Amino acid sequence: MLTPFNKEGIALTRETNIATDLELDSLAVMDLLAAIEDEFDISVPLNILPDLETIGQMADAVESIVQGKN
Amino acid sequence: MDLFDKFDPLIRDRDALFNTGGPVPTGICMDELVSQTVAIVDGRETILVGTNNYLGLTFDPRTVGAAEKGLKDGGTGTTGSRNCNGTYSGHKALETKLAEFYGTKGSMVFSTGYQANLSMISTLAGPKDYILIDADCHASIYDGCKLGNATVIRFRHNDPVDLEKRLKRLGDDVNKLIVVEGIYSMLGDIAPLDEFVAVKSRVPNTYILVDEAHSLGVLGETGRGAAQHFGVGDQVDFIVGTFSKSVGTIGGYCVSNHPKFDILRLVARPYMFTASLPPSVVASATVALDIIQNTPSLRKKLWSNANRLYRGLSGAGFELGAAASPVVAVRVPSLEIAFAFWRSLIESGIYVNLMVPPATPQSWYLLRCSLCAAHTTAQIDTIIGVFIKIGMELGLLPEAANANGQAVSINGRLRSVAGAKRASGRRAGGAAAATG
Repeated sequence: MLTPFNKEGIALTRETNIATDLELDSLAVMDLLAAIEDEFDISVPLNILPDLETIGQMADAVESIVQGKN
Repeated sequence: MDLFDKFDPLIRDRDALFNTGGPVPTGICMDELVSQTVAIVDGRETILVGTNNYLGLTFDPRTVGAAEKGLKDGGTGTTGSRNCNGTYSGHKALETKLAEFYGTKGSMVFSTGYQANLSMISTLAGPKDYILIDADCHASIYDGCKLGNATVIRFRHNDPVDLEKRLKRLGDDVNKLIVVEGIYSMLGDIAPLDEFVAVKSRVPNTYILVDEAHSLGVLGETGRGAAQHFGVGDQVDFIVGTFSKSVGTIGGYCVSNHPKFDILRLVARPYMFTASLPPSVVASATVALDIIQNTPSLRKKLWSNANRLYRGLSGAGFELGAAASPVVAVRVPSLEIAFAFWRSLIESGIYVNLMVPPATPQSWYLLRCSLCAAHTTAQIDTIIGVFIKIGMELGLLPEAANANGQAVSINGRLRSVAGAKRASGRRAGGAAAATG
């Protein structure tokens, strides 16, 4: 899912920083959340954005929303 | 360690761009206002085509006269908030006028449009409620979401299908507030409000708020905005707007038919904890609303000017928004070109807004024009001519482009914004690529 957002083609790990490593600005991060919402058919509020610095944190947040739904 | 260390990257970027000699966008000073459409800038007579002054009411003798009387009768300011000593008869009269203008039961006046959005959005939706905002909404709407405690979901710009999908995920049993704008300020595109209210009606416990900041006085038979344009005014729960564009002064408002609307005066913090508008402002806004309501010819002239500029620029080969509107934005490929273009324009006596990410959709670089009903045909043609000249100098237009607006093809490089949007789907990664 992250491939279209990984413009520099860097290696992605849980520690990859969304802003400094992936170089996504705030608009791009919101677009990524929209893509995640549709992929997993969940609601991902913008409110969680300040807590998401790394891919791992984002994955955990999505995981917990998906668990909450099921 | 310094509190300002975090701004160092921005300071570096700003200095690299701005410290090259010559005018900078954030440093423009209007030394003298000659009219609604002309100012003296750096000693040069400059055509203003980036002022949001859609109807040119800032120098109308009726609005100026009302402001003078308001100033004389009420003094320079109220020195107090609306709930304390800041409500004069003029504020009540303006709220009465707004309710009559929109045909609603309730109306509230705020000190700025920004505060109107902060107030409404942060207060209407509480901790258990949901706000669904259009992706391209104005910063004041995003900030209203931040100030409040609701859960915020963003949907794709002007996409009722995407909105409905996201509304349905939330379920019927929670309160949901949709927030959209009438005309979007960056590209001038109009929201399909007829489709949005249809979506709203299909999902229980859903409300819709429309920000008509750029559409008040611009759309609709009596100038109410996009909701009136689509004939859905009675299905919109809250209309927010500003007096700082077509009304020609400053201030914000919200109108609604909700029976409990008035309680917001006791809970909306950006309404409560600020001084009210000065009497002169209130008086000119009241008169301006009357003019807007009763002078459809102003709207006609505005749209005629907008169509002329749009045709001239798109015919020359510039990449614009999908359709003509009183906001005409020219898209250019990079920050450097945008800045060079803007600087050449101002040095040629044309003022437009330079708009850059993150204020712009798709992280685009825009030279944003906003038309005025008071622009003359000659001024519009001058603007088009200067744009084409600079466009050619910067290599954005081929030499074949001419001032008659002859259509030219540039190897498919310049295409309509609508086409670009479709081509990139949901611009996945596009924003990141453009900002880099």
